[in-house]
Amino acid sequence: MKASNAFWAEQLAGQIPEGLAREIEIFETELRLRRQGKIEERVFAETRLRRGAYGQRYDSGQRHDGKKVQKLLYPSGSLTKGPNTLWDAPGMQRIKIPGGGLNARQLETLAELAEEYSDGIAHVTTRQDVQLHYVHIDDTPSLMRRLAAAEITTREACGNSVRNVTACPFAGVCQDETFDVTPYSRALSKFLLGHPDCQNFGRKFKPSFSGCSEHACGLANMHDLGLVAVERTVDGVKKRGFQMYVGGGLGTVPYQAKLFDSFVPVEELLPLAQAIARVFAQYGEKKNRNRARIKFLVNDLGIEKFRELVLEERKNLPPDPRWTEYVQTAEGFREEPLSAGGTIPAGDSEDFRQWIRTNIRPQRQEGYATVTVALPLGDITAQQLRDLADIVRKYTNETVRTAVEQNFVIRWVSCADLSEIYRDLKAAGLSTAGAGTIVDVTTCPGTDTCKLGISSSRGLAAELRKRLAEQSFNLDAAVENLHIKVSGCFNSCGQHHVADLGFYGVSRKMAGYAVPHFQVVLGGEWEHNAGSYGLPMMAIPSKNIPEVVTRLTNRYLAARKKGESFRDFIKRIGKAEVKNLLEDLTRPPAEQSDRGFFRDWNDPREYSLGDMGVGECAGEVVSSVDFGLAAAERQVFEAQLALEAGDYHRAWQMGYQSMLQAAKSLVAAELPGISDDPEQIVQEFRTRFYETQKFFDPFAGGKFAHYLFAAHRNVEAPRHPEKARFLIEEAQLFIEASHSCYYRMGTPVTV
Amino acid sequence: MDIQHVNVKLMVQNPEDADLEPLIPVFHRWIQDQECEELLLDVADYRHVPAGPGVVLIGHEANYSVDNADNRLGVRYNRKALLDGNLQDRLEQAVRAAIGACQRLEDDSTLNGSIRFNRREMEMFINDRLLAPNSNRTREALEPEIRALCQRLFGGAEYFLGHGESDPRKLFSVSISTEKAFKPNELLENLLV
Ligand code: SF4
Repeated sequence: MKASNAFWAEQLAGQIPEGLAREIEIFETELRLRRQGKIEERVFAETRLRRGAYGQRYDSGQRHDGKKVQKLLYPSGSLTKGPNTLWDAPGMQRIKIPGGGLNARQLETLAELAEEYSDGIAHVTTRQDVQLHYVHIDDTPSLMRRLAAAEITTREACGNSVRNVTACPFAGVCQDETFDVTPYSRALSKFLLGHPDCQNFGRKFKPSFSGCSEHACGLANMHDLGLVAVERTVDGVKKRGFQMYVGGGLGTVPYQAKLFDSFVPVEELLPLAQAIARVFAQYGEKKNRNRARIKFLVNDLGIEKFRELVLEERKNLPPDPRWTEYVQTAEGFREEPLSAGGTIPAGDSEDFRQWIRTNIRPQRQEGYATVTVALPLGDITAQQLRDLADIVRKYTNETVRTAVEQNFVIRWVSCADLSEIYRDLKAAGLSTAGAGTIVDVTTCPGTDTCKLGISSSRGLAAELRKRLAEQSFNLDAAVENLHIKVSGCFNSCGQHHVADLGFYGVSRKMAGYAVPHFQVVLGGEWEHNAGSYGLPMMAIPSKNIPEVVTRLTNRYLAARKKGESFRDFIKRIGKAEVKNLLEDLTRPPAEQSDRGFFRDWNDPREYSLGDMGVGECAGEVVSSVDFGLAAAERQVFEAQLALEAGDYHRAWQMGYQSMLQAAKSLVAAELPGISDDPEQIVQEFRTRFYETQKFFDPFAGGKFAHYLFAAHRNVEAPRHPEKARFLIEEAQLFIEASHSCYYRMGTPVTV
Repeated sequence: MDIQHVNVKLMVQNPEDADLEPLIPVFHRWIQDQECEELLLDVADYRHVPAGPGVVLIGHEANYSVDNADNRLGVRYNRKALLDGNLQDRLEQAVRAAIGACQRLEDDSTLNGSIRFNRREMEMFINDRLLAPNSNRTREALEPEIRALCQRLFGGAEYFLGHGESDPRKLFSVSISTEKAFKPNELLENLLV
């Protein structure tokens, strides 16, 4: 689209590392070939994904505009850049930032690209990447060249590859860390980038580093490969190493990582990661995307067998000099301050003191502090990126990192400079207090730009942020320190499972209309590297979620025991009590003339799931399917109660029953006399809904139906806590899919 | 230089009183009715970002927004797709589109006159640093063309051409202001002459 696209290669000649320049040239040729129809669309889709060029909502060429489904008639017509993805439709460009580390020049480059190819905004993600939206595919080679000239690559930012290697943004300056993980994260990132052993995965692979096990920053437990810094004394000598975890992940059903080894010496880090990659490529699922993450492999094999395979592979690896070379080179990494240290000023305004309290963290190096720049919804403008570049040049040796909480962290700021840097940040609109507090809501893109979004996570996050910020001066410390995280769907990109208060987008039918909802997920733990996952409680209409936050936090304040965490409080009062507290919020307002309730946040269009049209008002008639699905919801709730009470057998059974109930409700719409026989229900469901693909999710396909089939097959299998928890998560998703399927079935069958 | 990607921004009067929320349904309506020449796609809401793009109507060939960049609130037309013709044609097209958007917003009954334009100031940007870096050379090359457009636009009435920011990292820009408040209709008619 840009007139200058033809000139960037020449303009930047000699400034781009040769290998990268060649890769971009190849990508440009692939673009040309795809335009001529000489590359198959599926192949081209994976090609562009591996370069970080993603699809975006409405790229199928149609959009529900609130009244009707509109065909988007692009100039390139039916030319596609992937299955069902039109060439001209705007896309998202993900930019990998290993360990979140950036310098001033790179910030300036991102500013230029945001302005010229996107809509003026760069978005920091929950995995320390930067994303630009509304990018035209024809502009991506120029965009990649300009990044490459600033030593940034988009390679393997998406697709079935090793994604951004994340690391704690406080690494190297944190008071609690064992040692600085930065060099090792860099070495691993460099080693695995484009590695031949990482090119044949069935799905993505996400590594993460953390400097300690107590705090959250690296979130090792929720990664495919999680590394936590540890030291061990061997023969009187202190040695550096890592606790190595594998098979963690959020996604639809979250898995806690398993400990692979309690001490992997640093020199073994790269070869062992390579061996894991080989085992994943060799044994991991390839055909069924929904079971292709390494967490399924580890779970299916068991950690012992998985370890055995990896160690066997490790023995057979041909030695690679880069194993030591990369680590040794990276260990030379040093960050130095720009000016002498000082003391934290008292401050002369309440705003400044508040900012000091929430956004400043003293470093382990006396006299220095980190400054967190809190970004609303992870968004920063092109001008703010330039201002930030000026600020990091003025006060530091350009030491700034992105953080998984969608912020920037400026490191090595002399405490003597805090008043001045605050003034400069304020002038740039970057001095918002409340970093890492309840106000600092994390969110995925949701329905704004993501093809899979069900509800507006950003709309909800913006609303919560606004309301909480208004009260920020009066918040009790116990509430202030809670985390809120929002995802637009069950895929967990907003990391809702590890929040005190997590929400993910679902939809429900009310009075004949589809209404945006959020599942309330409580009891997750952000600390201890995402120590435990919350469980879904109930679905609440989007417009009632702020009230959910108000009620839960007020109740916590009023009824908590001394020192009791929110997670423990929720555990103590139990799910039944939470349900009582929120039950009335599940219902629509008595006065239904207010259509705002049926719409999503900041979106005046009539809400619809995908482009399926507006639901016809069926008055107050409730169908048998509605009743059946409500019964399934009750059963899954009872399953959660049983899990809470430690009755895993009952928890599993109730979860299974809830899926049967949901399946039966759908079948009953076509076969009213269906019996209660599980065999018949599953058989009829399979024939009528699975084989006809009526139950298929537009993006996840038949994945959720398999949850029912697997549970039905394993009905006699022994139960243990983790299996019961997985099954309940799956049952919840099966019921959500049943709601969507019912919605797609059109006018309800009435009784 | 084959200059493309002209942006034009017309400043809002009393920006401190402007509420951008009502713009969201207005822009959605523009999409429903495909009100503009460009293919209109979606609305992006960035009101939460200080001095940011505000509310953006994303189109294929161009974006329209009520943007608060540099804390200057205005209606902005951002041309993305290439245009045929010469530079004069491209400048004119962007000015027309921006004025047209202002008229539509001012006439929109749902906004109750909450967004009005000050009719004295506009800014022009070239959103392509390679073809139009923010330098004196670009200024020297473009100024005659911009002046020729202003001459026609204001029907020979007096105007002031100011240089935009000198920071070489920023987009090339100029500010244009008039002593006398201009009428959008008259400007569009002037361009027909
Ligand atoms: S959680 Fe869902 S809506 Fe959000 S970015 Fe991920 S896939 Fe999209």
